[in-house]
Amino acid sequence: MTDLMTDPETISRTRTGATVEFRGLRRSFGATTALDGLDLTVEPGELVALLGPSGCGKTTALRTLAGFERPDSGKVLVDGEDITGVPAHRRNAGMVFQSYSLFPHLTAIDNVAFGLRMSGIGRATRRARAAELLELVGLPQHAGRFPHQMSGGQQQRIALARALALRPRVLLLDEPLSALDAQVRLTLREEIRRLQQQLGITTMFVTHDQEEALSMADRVAVMCAGRLEQCAPPAELYERPATAFVAEFVGVMSRIPARAGADDGTVDVCGRTLPVNGTLPGAAEVAGGKGEVDVLVRPEAVEVTADGEGTSRIVGASFLGATTRLTVRLADGGEVTADVPTHTATTLPVGAAVTLRLPDRPVLVDRRRGNGGGDRG
Amino acid sequence: MARLNTLRYGRAAVLTLTGAYFLVPLACAVAFSIGAGVPGQDIGFEAYTGILTAGGFTDSLALTLELAAATIVLVLGLLVPALITVRLAAPRLRTLVEIVCLLPLVVPAVALVAGFSAVLGWGSDHFVGTPLFQVLVELQNPQFPLVLVLAYTLMALPLAYRTLDTGLAAIDLRVLVEAARACGAPWPRTLLHVVLPNLRGALLNTAFLTLALVLGEYTVAAILGYQPFAVWILAISGSQAQMSVAVSVMGLLVTWVLLLIIATAGRARRPKETS
Repeated sequence: MTDLMTDPETISRTRTGATVEFRGLRRSFGATTALDGLDLTVEPGELVALLGPSGCGKTTALRTLAGFERPDSGKVLVDGEDITGVPAHRRNAGMVFQSYSLFPHLTAIDNVAFGLRMSGIGRATRRARAAELLELVGLPQHAGRFPHQMSGGQQQRIALARALALRPRVLLLDEPLSALDAQVRLTLREEIRRLQQQLGITTMFVTHDQEEALSMADRVAVMCAGRLEQCAPPAELYERPATAFVAEFVGVMSRIPARAGADDGTVDVCGRTLPVNGTLPGAAEVAGGKGEVDVLVRPEAVEVTADGEGTSRIVGASFLGATTRLTVRLADGGEVTADVPTHTATTLPVGAAVTLRLPDRPVLVDRRRGNGGGDRG
Repeated sequence: MARLNTLRYGRAAVLTLTGAYFLVPLACAVAFSIGAGVPGQDIGFEAYTGILTAGGFTDSLALTLELAAATIVLVLGLLVPALITVRLAAPRLRTLVEIVCLLPLVVPAVALVAGFSAVLGWGSDHFVGTPLFQVLVELQNPQFPLVLVLAYTLMALPLAYRTLDTGLAAIDLRVLVEAARACGAPWPRTLLHVVLPNLRGALLNTAFLTLALVLGEYTVAAILGYQPFAVWILAISGSQAQMSVAVSVMGLLVTWVLLLIIATAGRARRPKETS
């Protein structure tokens, strides 16, 4: 994109990131519960991504913060101040929507200046500021265009500029990239992140695209059925998921049947005994008796070797570039996803009998699920 | 190629037929109004020039335009907030509102006016001396019969509903409203600065349809005993046949010009920069 011609300091001068807190938010629409006691705190200047399957309440949470939904119970606090009853237009929250939301009857610069106009700022001042913001999002030459004359990516940039125009305390992004094509999505997401860090503005970003969440956010809040499953930095979320839902929703995770070791703290899997790294909730009590458990593994942690005597069989392969993703069916019918370097994949044709090995590292254990239900990528 | 030609001739035939259907009666009306074909009369435009001086022309036209303006204000004032509310807050009421708005289509004007007469009649039958009687009398004020505005509003509802509803469907109302609210615009300003400018075309069309309806309405006004434009035309046609046709032709032209103006206004809708 364009170099910044505006000194970011002049724009962020009066702005400091705010703390946002959700406390026990509940909201239901008829029979469906969108929020079921959501608690979450966002630190000043942080970008938190709300991630979850559709219908998990992430958008409702964001709209509650924006003031478009009222919670049935619970509170929303910004900088410790309860804003639950404050109407949307007095919340000072900038918002970018999923669908193109520019005002069709106004030009780009008038769209950006709209908020300033509503707050009674003089014409010259607001035009200058709007022009400054158009520079910031890299579209100064589009000032006079109407929304229908711009591409989707350009419209979302203008929408971002409009959201930032009033120097909001929080920036709310409701799947702003999901209507764009892949290439634009990538550049725009880097740009949003760059702007957000530059301005130090507290940001909540709703997305159902985990790659987007993991690559942009300081912390990712995974939601399911109106509750927070885990809120952690991306790496931690990937390495140490707190619940089975997070483990299987974020990234690809396969289950391999295993047997809990005699003494607590080890597990027998794929012919070797490995220490247990973490146990997901509910694993301990079910693992009683002879300890039927599942070991959860990422595809990059599974080693596949050709073995005529092996009880597992390769049933599928997809080329991903440097690696090839193999689907391996275990003797009990479960499926495991494994990534192998593409150059070794040539020795592992579909149909070959193989043996799986896990590296000598601590593993994540969950209670045994179903009849070898296997992979849930 | 042959097929293309057939198609072309077919189209030309249809166009000619339709054109003739519309234009021949119109041409005959114009011819009659200028005196062509009337034995013992020269061709002239006296009928047209006489319109302005004819008794009752200015009064009836002024009354009609006033009624039209009041009706447009009432129709838009009722429907715009109602339809926006239904879309934003109570989508389940939509069918009900639609049915209510389309109901006047199935009630003939004669039945409607019979109902009106009955209700107005209650005043002198049951409510003499009460404030309600005063209200009913005021409704029938011959200077400005509000009762006609009410009747026309009812009659305009189906057309207005359709036009406005289509206009609202063409914009993403909820997102626009929320975007405006996030920009710090309170409700009234959201409506004024965001919703209404984007409904411009629909508002103009509704206004035009309502105007056309009021200009041409005869039954209700005649039966209730008022003399707006349409009633006046019929009244003078008894005595001055040529002039009544001339007035109709003028009415047609005026309506047509208004339609063109509104269509142009709706298309050239890029306003000057407002910031």
